[in-house]
Amino acid sequence: MVEIKGLKIYYKTLRGDAKALDDVTFTINDREILGIAGESGCGKSTLGNSLILLKPPMKYVSGEVRLNGERLPIDNTVEMRKYRYKKIYLIPQYAMDALNPTRKIGGIIKDLVGQHRVKYEEIEGRLHERLRMVKLPKDILNMYPFELSGGMKQRLVLVISTLLNPDLLIADEVTSALDVSSQKAVSLMFKEFRDREIVNSIIFITHDIAVLYQIADRIVIMYAGKVVEIGPTEEIMANPLHPYTKALIKSLPNAGIRHTKEKLEGIPGHPPNLINPPAGCRFRDRCPLADENCLEEPPLAEINKGQYVACWKVKDL
Amino acid sequence: MIKAKDLTKVFNSGLLLSKNIITAVDEVNFEIGRGEILALVGESGSGKSTIGKMMLKLLKPSGGQILLEDKDIFSISNNKEFYSRVQGIFQDPYSSFNPIFKVNRIFKLVRQSFKKEISISEWNDRVEEVLKKVGLNAGDVLNKYIHQLSGGQLQRLLIARALLMDVEVLVADEITSMLDASTRVDVLEALLSLKEIGASILFVTHDLSQAYYISDKIVVLYKGSVVESGSIEKVFSNPMHPYTRMLLDSIPQLDRKWEEDRISVEDFDKSRAAWKEGLCKYIDRCSLADVNCMRPKLKLVEEDHYVACVKI
Repeated sequence: MVEIKGLKIYYKTLRGDAKALDDVTFTINDREILGIAGESGCGKSTLGNSLILLKPPMKYVSGEVRLNGERLPIDNTVEMRKYRYKKIYLIPQYAMDALNPTRKIGGIIKDLVGQHRVKYEEIEGRLHERLRMVKLPKDILNMYPFELSGGMKQRLVLVISTLLNPDLLIADEVTSALDVSSQKAVSLMFKEFRDREIVNSIIFITHDIAVLYQIADRIVIMYAGKVVEIGPTEEIMANPLHPYTKALIKSLPNAGIRHTKEKLEGIPGHPPNLINPPAGCRFRDRCPLADENCLEEPPLAEINKGQYVACWKVKDL
Repeated sequence: MIKAKDLTKVFNSGLLLSKNIITAVDEVNFEIGRGEILALVGESGSGKSTIGKMMLKLLKPSGGQILLEDKDIFSISNNKEFYSRVQGIFQDPYSSFNPIFKVNRIFKLVRQSFKKEISISEWNDRVEEVLKKVGLNAGDVLNKYIHQLSGGQLQRLLIARALLMDVEVLVADEITSMLDASTRVDVLEALLSLKEIGASILFVTHDLSQAYYISDKIVVLYKGSVVESGSIEKVFSNPMHPYTRMLLDSIPQLDRKWEEDRISVEDFDKSRAAWKEGLCKYIDRCSLADVNCMRPKLKLVEEDHYVACVKI
């Protein structure tokens, strides 16, 4: 179980601190895939990165992260080395392009585990078994990264990242660059890795809520550095409560909708500047329901069982 | 309006000894009428961007023709005339603009290059009008630099630019894939305003939901060949080719969960197994295939619906 409590991570800029994560609290349960969704700039990638490597201009302000009860030293990049890759690992968006093009894949893996003082021979059997699970042949270890397609590279990265059975795997936009068929295959493989208990919990970050609906157990919706809604996937989809969540779901062109029959709506306006965010609810300027109550910041409150929402207007609906 | 006829593109790679020939686009035919949007869908490497580039004269076809009102576009020697009629918008809006120009200067340049006959004051009115059409407020964007605007705003500026130029053909290559869901819709709506003035739009995408939302026709590509094409309503309501069906099943939807795959999506061993000339290109991933699946021809299955599969 991973508990994130009151986490504040800012970016240092010349004009002041950008409050990319401002008092974020939630937990990730054992054997759970937690989806995080939101627009670009809402802080979802900052959250993933800060749990792995919190380096300037990122700045730790306050809050804590506990992994199975143990406090993670996220503000200390040297101390974190003990946890990185072994207990907690991140697959960044560009992971598939980050494979060294001049080394064969087997060599890349040898280097990586060597860095973490694990002998390649110890994990070789496991590596072969996992490759089979993601439907990649063993010969791939003798190939160069550029010989693989995007979907294959992403599956390979999944295998490499989970070789030491981490407790928490953070997947940041891993399927965004893939086409629909590989997107489905890769997403389902993440689910399978969780089902087989290779990884204990997964944070799946994406801007595509439709993918989260397919694989996530619970969803966190973020807006401008704040959590605005958390709840079980089915609840969030069937009964979204926060006006932002509603707008986000409404803006998706689901298959089967034609512009001639139904007009979709985007969300007017844009997210606030995080250096000087407005007081109160940060969605206020774009919200159709906002009034003077929203000048005060709404707390994250449990409305239905397990469904938490930060909005003053929810009770009125 | 614009028509691709047996369009083919072959890439040669490698040196003398290890020569590798890749047929990226293989005898593709389609036609986009006035005010029509044609969706070109397929996975990465299926040749959809190559087709877009050829339509913009950025690549020369190895075979076949692209006809703009029955005239081969490669016979139009005046590029300025050609690009005043045909324009492209690409995935990354940040690299489509000159970063040291403000937006109003970009529009000024359009007038100077293509529409000199219009007076400046009339031009400014038109700029304001088209910006409104694509859902932007002139006061908010005109005095800004590119880095001060969001991706969705920039893509809409490019559509506004195409509107100002009264283009006849627009190639929109993955224009929404870098955008957030909330702004994607606005860009699609802006594209529809271009359709209204009678432009023919080639909408290249791998997102089938978006394709269905705005397009009239669809061409599904697999490894450079058309596997299914026709009216988008018909193809979506009654997909016939196994590849199209697999694609439609893979769309993440909000009301239906994915089923597990019975056959792996990309069975690596199989796809590497030597594919022989004359066999169907989809044979290695197809659930219906057998050794007799010879290379199929596109055939009419119902009005305005073509499929290339011998099993149908």
